[in-house]
Amino acid sequence: MEYSLIDLKPGESGCIKGIDGSSQSKKRLMAMGIIQGKEITVETAAPMGDPRIYTVLGYRLSMRNVEAKNIRIVRN
Amino acid sequence: MQGGKITVALVGNPNCGKTTLLNRITRSKESVGNYPRVTVALKRKEFTHQGQVIELVDLPGIYALTSQTPEERETRDFIHSGQVDIIINVLDACNLERSLFLTSQLIEMGHPLLFVLNMADEARSKKLQIDTQGLSSMLGGSVFETVGTTGDGLKALLDGVVRLHVQKMRREPIFLTYDNHLEQAVRRVQRLVTELHPRSLDHNQSRWLAIKLLEGDDRILLQEGEHGHLLEMVHRERYDLARSHGEECDLLFAMARYGFTHGVVKEVVQGPSEGEVIRDWTGRLDQVFLHRFFGIPLLLVLLWIMFQSTFSLGQVPMGWIDAGVGWISEWVSGRLPEGMVHDLVVDGIIAGVGGTIVFLPNIVILFFFMAMFSETGYLARAAFLVDRSMHTFGLHGKALIPLVMGFGCNVPAVMATRTIEDYRSRMITILISPFMLCSARLPVFILFAGAFFSEEAGTMVLLMYVLSIVVAMGAAVILNRLFLRSDDDAFVMELPPYRLPTLQAVMIHMGDRVIGFLQKVAGVILVGSIIIWFLQEFPHHHILSQDYDGEISRLESLPQTLQNDEIIAALKVKKAQEVLEQSYLGQIARTVAPVFVPLHFTWKDTVAILTGFVAKEVVVASYAVLYSQGDGARENSESLRKALSHSMTPIVAFTFMLFALLYAPCLGTIATIGKEAGGWVWAGYSVAFSMTLAYGLSFLVVQVGGLFV
Repeated sequence: MEYSLIDLKPGESGCIKGIDGSSQSKKRLMAMGIIQGKEITVETAAPMGDPRIYTVLGYRLSMRNVEAKNIRIVRN
Repeated sequence: MQGGKITVALVGNPNCGKTTLLNRITRSKESVGNYPRVTVALKRKEFTHQGQVIELVDLPGIYALTSQTPEERETRDFIHSGQVDIIINVLDACNLERSLFLTSQLIEMGHPLLFVLNMADEARSKKLQIDTQGLSSMLGGSVFETVGTTGDGLKALLDGVVRLHVQKMRREPIFLTYDNHLEQAVRRVQRLVTELHPRSLDHNQSRWLAIKLLEGDDRILLQEGEHGHLLEMVHRERYDLARSHGEECDLLFAMARYGFTHGVVKEVVQGPSEGEVIRDWTGRLDQVFLHRFFGIPLLLVLLWIMFQSTFSLGQVPMGWIDAGVGWISEWVSGRLPEGMVHDLVVDGIIAGVGGTIVFLPNIVILFFFMAMFSETGYLARAAFLVDRSMHTFGLHGKALIPLVMGFGCNVPAVMATRTIEDYRSRMITILISPFMLCSARLPVFILFAGAFFSEEAGTMVLLMYVLSIVVAMGAAVILNRLFLRSDDDAFVMELPPYRLPTLQAVMIHMGDRVIGFLQKVAGVILVGSIIIWFLQEFPHHHILSQDYDGEISRLESLPQTLQNDEIIAALKVKKAQEVLEQSYLGQIARTVAPVFVPLHFTWKDTVAILTGFVAKEVVVASYAVLYSQGDGARENSESLRKALSHSMTPIVAFTFMLFALLYAPCLGTIATIGKEAGGWVWAGYSVAFSMTLAYGLSFLVVQVGGLFV
């Protein structure tokens, strides 16, 4: 079943299935390594739960939840 | 290739160690850091290696070569400008797969390429083994392992640059081959492109253009706008591809690129899987620094330490500089004959430049902390922690540091916005940071609060601080809504691993800022001081109400008494006041004064406001002259307070405080905005925006307040 990246809790990981949203934001996310078929893990959240830190391709990156909502994943 | 010089461009991701590498190679004094300005000249360094002149150009750190951000456009334009002989693509050895995404796009541009696997030591300590031979053959260019922090492998790299140049070996063009559908579309478009640009493009260039068109690159589409049928064809191909693959065309290309990088990494990298690599000490430090409850208090403590050190540690060397300036002033004063040149040098240049140079220790200390924050990787964490709160006002998390710094001085605050990569967020932060109550404005508030609100003086000053924050945040919201609107508010940000900063990196970072500050002092401040001095000093023939000089010398010739001295002092002050009133500055103030009548400000207040443009501290000095207090009066002077307190009502005084808080940034800040924002238009915009806001709010306060008081 497909979820959005914000459905994952810190420590959980999933496999990226696709990105929605404007073509601009898609391009930016892809340049940062958010790409179909890659594994992504939620590391930790900022004090108010937004933004959060993820690891993908072996490095850390932070995203606001509005951006994470556009990333479709399958739970591992 | 001009005169046998090899121009080498450094291209790579942010945080890949490019700048450290550059500094190592050139042992230069220049730092680039993240320097994402469009109009700012690129950092270049020339040196000789094996008798060959090499010019290194540092391009901004980027993740892709689309035309999305100013940095990406700048890099692309520079590569296309024909000035580049060789490109060195710096790869982060620990982050190879993502680094290679940019590489896949560089390869297509068809320039001679060399590859650097930087941070090879970090990779080894993570037990990553990279087959450089294999990587070299897959990328079609030599690969060199380097360690930027120690300089290992740099000689081999430079030898490689010279070798590549001497051999004039055109690289066998390596192509990324896309899947069948994409490839055919690329070929079809490429054919038409070649027809439209006969003989002007080689194979690489036409292929690159075709790919960019199919990727929907705005810049390239615009550039080819005249070829209607080309655009039509591209449009159709994009539509067909998207339909048959169920995904947008741009993404198909990006995925194909990642397919290539993934293939390369699988082939050449051996070591623990991605998941294991990340469990290092960065993770453990993040558990502390990004802690749910302690993360923000810890950040506040660090900011407090930075702020305190900047302004209290700075006191001591500031005293020395002040004394030094005083000594120079006296020395020069003694050498130069009395007259206009003497006055210009002593009262104009030395006083003006000296008054600014005194902030040098603050700048040095502040940027020491800034360098530490950004070199260690903490800056990105700080931005992460406060992003949610800042986002409420349409600001980026990284705006926090500049705004806090603004309480000290707006000049370094504007400079500190450099860490914000997003152009729009950065411009908003630059425009609102002058609203932060800087230490130069504090004397004005101490004077006014003391004179008019003696009981609640402390509360009034605190209120000013609160107002400055409220107005800055409100201004951010206004700017977001009205002027710099953009629907997209991205916060995708890399959090680099924690690193111990090298002394060299910190020194270079600081040195660069100090040089920038000194250049500003030598330029704008110098000119500004001369202009203000001129306006105060001229015209020279005054029509005075009485013969002050005669009266003073008559009294001075009499035996000295306490009473006589007082009369002499009073006469001198009265003369100064009349002279000021008739000077160009006084005349201008009288001309402008009607504008401030609705705010109930007099022409004297107008003089203070005008001189405050140079530096806000000058407002107090101007009042001292205007209200007959001689030159020595400071914000704590009892008599000045008394004189002032009779000149306006408390509500007007409050209005003046509000106006002084908000109106135009000082000359130094204006100059910095012009330099940092990359255009005087922005400086003008900043002045106009703050003037409007200051006038509007002051008008509101004085009119509404007038109804109640």
